[in-house]
Amino acid sequence: MPERLTKVDVERIAALARLELGEAEKDLYTRQLAAILEFAAQIRALDTEGVEPTTHVLTRQAPERTDDPRSSLERADVFANAPEAAREAGFFTVPKVIGS
Amino acid sequence: MTLAALTAREIRDGIGRRAFSAVEVCRAALAEVDRLEPRLHAFNTIVADRALERAAAIDRRPPSAGLPPLAGVPIAVKDNICTRGIRTTASSRILDTFVPPYDATVAARLEAAGAVIIGKTNCDEFAMGSSTENSAFGPSRNPWALDRIPGGSSGGSAVAVAARMAPIALGSDTGGSIRQPAALCGVVGLKPTYGRVSRYGLIAFASSLDQVGPISRTVYDTAAVLAAIAGADPADSTSSAQPVPDFTAALTNDIGGVRVGVPQAILDHGVDEGVTRAFEAALERLEARGASLVDIDLPHAGYGIPVYYLVATAEASSNLARYDGVRYGLRVDDSAEGTGQPLRAPRSPAEQSMDEPGSSGDPGSDLLRMYERTREAGFGAEVKRRIMLGTYVLSAGYYEAYYLKAQRVRTLIRGDFERAFEVADVVATPTSPTAAFRLGDRIHDPLQMYLADVFTVTAPLAGLPAISVPCGFTPDRLPVGLQLTGRLFDEETLLRVADAYERETGWWKAWPPVVDADR
Repeated sequence: MPERLTKVDVERIAALARLELGEAEKDLYTRQLAAILEFAAQIRALDTEGVEPTTHVLTRQAPERTDDPRSSLERADVFANAPEAAREAGFFTVPKVIGS
Repeated sequence: MTLAALTAREIRDGIGRRAFSAVEVCRAALAEVDRLEPRLHAFNTIVADRALERAAAIDRRPPSAGLPPLAGVPIAVKDNICTRGIRTTASSRILDTFVPPYDATVAARLEAAGAVIIGKTNCDEFAMGSSTENSAFGPSRNPWALDRIPGGSSGGSAVAVAARMAPIALGSDTGGSIRQPAALCGVVGLKPTYGRVSRYGLIAFASSLDQVGPISRTVYDTAAVLAAIAGADPADSTSSAQPVPDFTAALTNDIGGVRVGVPQAILDHGVDEGVTRAFEAALERLEARGASLVDIDLPHAGYGIPVYYLVATAEASSNLARYDGVRYGLRVDDSAEGTGQPLRAPRSPAEQSMDEPGSSGDPGSDLLRMYERTREAGFGAEVKRRIMLGTYVLSAGYYEAYYLKAQRVRTLIRGDFERAFEVADVVATPTSPTAAFRLGDRIHDPLQMYLADVFTVTAPLAGLPAISVPCGFTPDRLPVGLQLTGRLFDEETLLRVADAYERETGWWKAWPPVVDADR
């Protein structure tokens, strides 16, 4: 049985999930996620020895298709939703990631 | 009587007979939206001009072109289904201004079938919820009782249909998001078999569970919409190549010999009395029509909710990683403003150790902080809660205990249904253990909210089709839904039984009081 979820766990998970949680949220989620996990832990009592996991209900293999060139979305249409972009040059713009 | 109150079938027939025009139908629907929307909040976006143009184009078709199957039928589309040129938000601040450059396959197919999109309906943010209270734009209200929730997540779609704003709507269902709001609003809702309908352009929540499906007032209309949207799609590799039958032809009104399985053991606890009474009366009517009731056991169905919330949140945490403020949607980026003000509390060592690359002094930390601020500001409380839960159950040390274990129990749940379908043709339960609850009642207790899905989560976990059809009212005059779950790709039997039941009882003819208020 995993130990009860703590605030340190919540901070670790928030960092993995790229969420900048406030202090009040950390406290709330620590409490709520611990309760949900405690509830979910009931499945651990079930015997699943030898039971295959279901990742997907489809039994069919992924279909193949011929590798033909097709048109894709217009660049201008795609950039229309970008928060920041060098539209003429064809780039999305992000905060600086390389030092000077 | 307004044209907006007609069914899709009646509208299409009337336009065919030239009894009225598609534009007249569209105007009537938009007038009802205008009149009722302030009280119900079914829509995030209304596209009146576009709808009237499309309706006019239907009217201009030469008779020789033939009448498409949903010609001139107004439709409300859930706001997590992409519509080219129409804002699509998933009821999230993070997609507040997103205008898709492409159509979801279901939207394109409906328009090709002659349907006229009148607007995008409110829902729980990213379809995560059972009440629409998780919408960033405020909840929708139940037409039968304005202080109650309409169910969720496709609440706005169910409200639009129940209040006669549109005869048909599209919803999406991951753990009950079509069926539960349909039940709570007194309309029909169908979750097709996984793979029956393309997911291309459906904003992903949990990709192994999500399906698009119809909401309507009659089973016939649900069959007609399913026929329009079903079938293989090269843009979705999980869409099935199974042939698509003529679903409306399946409605023979003959259910003699159909075996209805009843899993009594899971119905004995936690179901409200008013719901139980309506459900048991429905079983009697089915029996009276020639169906036979058989006892079945679904020994693992009781584990459905924990399995669902572990699997769905794990998939969601991965799917929602794409909202990063770079390519579309909200960006919150104060790092480049040069204010010099730290906008967040100092980070714990645990968080700092996760930074890539290195400490906050690195230039790369600006990008990381942009991601974190964007997602913190853009996502609502329930979405963050589910991303956190999903990230946790996939993280090192917990993956096997929670996620992999849940997937194994998912296999056991599928096995329960396989055995049940050896002796039964459909499985019957109430759709929801309660009628609509009051706004605010459960929103602060996520676990209580999750329990609303007890009867709906198992069908998507097993990939099975399931329908909710109105089966009466509680003593408080709140609608109750009968849920029927069928074999893989056997929507026809579900539709046939639901249609025969509907004809037998006529519950669909009842009107919610708000429709007549101050007319």
